[in-house]
Amino acid sequence: MASIADHPTPASRRNSFWRHFRYVLASNPVTAVAFALFMMFVTAALFGPWLVPYDPLATDGASALQPPSWSHWFGTDHLGRDVFSRVVVATRLDLSISVAAVALSFAAGSALGSLAGYYGGWTDRVVGRCLDTIMAFPLFVLAMGIVAAAGNTIENVIYATALINLPFYARMARAEVNVRRESGFVQAAKLSGNSDLRVLAMHIFPNSLPPMMVQISLNMGWAILNAAGLSFIGLGVRPPTPEWGIMVAEGANFIVSGEWWLALFPGAALMLAVFTFNLLGDGLRDLVDPLRRT
Amino acid sequence: MNAIPLLDVRDLTVEFATRRGTVRAIERVNIAVGKGETVGIVGESGSGKSVTSYAVMRILDRAGRIAEGAITFGGIAIDKAPEKVMTELRGREMSMVFQNPRAALNPIRSIGRQIEDVLIEHALAVRSTAKQAAIESLRAVKIANPEERYHAYPFELSGGMCQRVVIAIALACRPQLLIADEPTTGLDVTTQKTVMDLMVELTQARGMSTILITHDLGLAAAYCDRIVVMEKGKVVEQARAASLFSDPAHAYTKRLLRATPRLDSNVRDLLPEPKPAPPPMPQGAPLLEVRDLVKEFSGRRGAAAFRAVDGISFTVHEGESLGLVGESGCGKSTTSAMVMRLLDPTSGAIRFAGEDIAATPAARFARSPLRGKLQMVFQDPTDSLNPRWSAFDSIADPLFRLGGIRRDAARGRVEELARLVGLPQELLDRFPHQLSGGQKARVGIARAIALDPKLLILDEPTAALDVSVQAVVLNLLADLKVELGMSYLFISHDLNVVRLICDRVIVMRQGRIVEEGQTESVLHDPQHQYTRTLLEAIPHPPAIYQGEGLPA
Repeated sequence: MASIADHPTPASRRNSFWRHFRYVLASNPVTAVAFALFMMFVTAALFGPWLVPYDPLATDGASALQPPSWSHWFGTDHLGRDVFSRVVVATRLDLSISVAAVALSFAAGSALGSLAGYYGGWTDRVVGRCLDTIMAFPLFVLAMGIVAAAGNTIENVIYATALINLPFYARMARAEVNVRRESGFVQAAKLSGNSDLRVLAMHIFPNSLPPMMVQISLNMGWAILNAAGLSFIGLGVRPPTPEWGIMVAEGANFIVSGEWWLALFPGAALMLAVFTFNLLGDGLRDLVDPLRRT
Repeated sequence: MNAIPLLDVRDLTVEFATRRGTVRAIERVNIAVGKGETVGIVGESGSGKSVTSYAVMRILDRAGRIAEGAITFGGIAIDKAPEKVMTELRGREMSMVFQNPRAALNPIRSIGRQIEDVLIEHALAVRSTAKQAAIESLRAVKIANPEERYHAYPFELSGGMCQRVVIAIALACRPQLLIADEPTTGLDVTTQKTVMDLMVELTQARGMSTILITHDLGLAAAYCDRIVVMEKGKVVEQARAASLFSDPAHAYTKRLLRATPRLDSNVRDLLPEPKPAPPPMPQGAPLLEVRDLVKEFSGRRGAAAFRAVDGISFTVHEGESLGLVGESGCGKSTTSAMVMRLLDPTSGAIRFAGEDIAATPAARFARSPLRGKLQMVFQDPTDSLNPRWSAFDSIADPLFRLGGIRRDAARGRVEELARLVGLPQELLDRFPHQLSGGQKARVGIARAIALDPKLLILDEPTAALDVSVQAVVLNLLADLKVELGMSYLFISHDLNVVRLICDRVIVMRQGRIVEEGQTESVLHDPQHQYTRTLLEAIPHPPAIYQGEGLPA
């Protein structure tokens, strides 16, 4: 909102936000757990390289394939690298890929969807059919194809993940904008001299954010899985960069010979991340919904 | 009343667990309903009248609980009855008619099926006989062609028809008690009359008791034997309908009676304290001239185009208030949207302050210099405010966009506007959901007058408000008109309210003007049959001071 800055008492507003935040967490312990896990992931992403006990890239032939112990919590891999350090350091890359991808698809998807929902008619039909075309492909295969065709880089993994998620945001934004198109406050905004685009951006779209927040959070988990999946099959990130998908892929070879820790811990990190973002959705919705604030 | 009432509510207290601790919604409520009696519960929003009925039906939501008191229905202690007994009772012994009939019906099931469901659920019919019974129920509520309507879905029926179906469902099992919660709010006056007449006829023929929950004293007066007045969760007065109007005992009842527009009251009579009438405004040159305005909506796939507005012409002079009256679907809202330049007319001219504003497409009118001179107050104050914007933001929006006022200078102007509409300064930083209905209405009015408009369209500005708030808002509008020298185009279905504000009135039906004239002459000597039907359908509370009898 553009107008928050004009308020005479920003401090009291900030306080009320924290009060509200605490209330949301207290009223739903699951949300509190989700936020705690989320903070853990953010910490690992920001400070991971300084927190870990070993260099994630340093090989040590003498201590290869050791099971979890006090010196190596998650064991070591076939090159003697510390799995714990690699899992923690990988958080940054995995989170940045998914955050970037989700941010891109949210921005593009909600812009397209809002326009389609607001103007209807031809805009709606053209946007709708384009999205249907994307949805018609098996999405993961489409992402694979895009990365394979555009070049095997991290940027292309981000673009591919963003593109396959775009229809979900666009459809949701379209539906949310569509139901508000005729509401009284929209007409009132037009009477106040707002142009169509301004009405859409300042009045309608912010009101469709709460359900979009849930979508963003669910999608984050999905995007992480997608990025890891792509690197699992050898697209995007390349070894020796620590990344959960590659680590699972490399570790999978050793499961048959009994070295389970190589694949289990990066896989568990992946699962926990997806789990966190799924739980976070409800909490985020409660947080941004003005009606929950009293 | 019989010796043992059918429903006996004693010292009922209902509490709700909220974020800020426990809130008492109703406190020590005593209501008794005898067999065959019709009791009206009257009160404004928040008075606890709906909560009382939900407690009786035991359909309070999870946060609510019966804290104290006893409810006895036909010898059964409702407040302690297990859920299994309640399921048996609901629908079979007592049933409910809800406010919004369309929301009360399942949209994806045909209405006949929905009646069957109730009959089968309560073992009053089996699959083979249910259809016949359902058709009988539809016939009982006077739905034409019940065999065909049996297959209809709620969206295919009008609001009035839906409410009849809801009544048919409620009465299908011949219950002893019917609770009608605002059964006609949102329906047109003529539909309201037919629905209420039907409900009274059916319940009387079956010897049922009825609780009619309403905010409309006129409606309660016309249909109830006894009236219970509630305020802030407490019963403040209960009396027979006739004596309540001739001799109200409680101050709140008196205030409520005053605030209800009657045939002879003027806008100042509605206020608790007397106030001098607003000075009459001299009428000047024509401000808005509408000529042969037509709006067609194209039909789907070759179907004939639908003419929502069919060549209407009228004039609003400077300083004048013109009422535009009609029932839903008559084209009054389409007309106002075209005059307001939110919708492009199919043909016709709209001249405002000497300029043909219909020539500018609606999409580009936002930048017209005349935009600020032509403003509107919307029907639903809640819906017309952006839920994410504070009252200040909403009022200041037109100032920033059209008034050319910089952000730092806006505060003063917004505070001045808030003073004009009587909105306390400290409420400016609140969000719509933190304001009451009346306060939201004031915010909407402040926003509309922010740019000193010449013409204000009022689209049923008080339809969503309680009568006492309506009284204040109508008076505010009357004062503002004189103070700021505005003209009004007042759109409403309620002739009673139109009469209080308007100098002239236009009656619309099916896109055409059927009658036009000075308000007093149209209301007291209507020329057109439709206007007469409309006037007769309005339930009036009996005039207190003349001691007239109850209307039949």
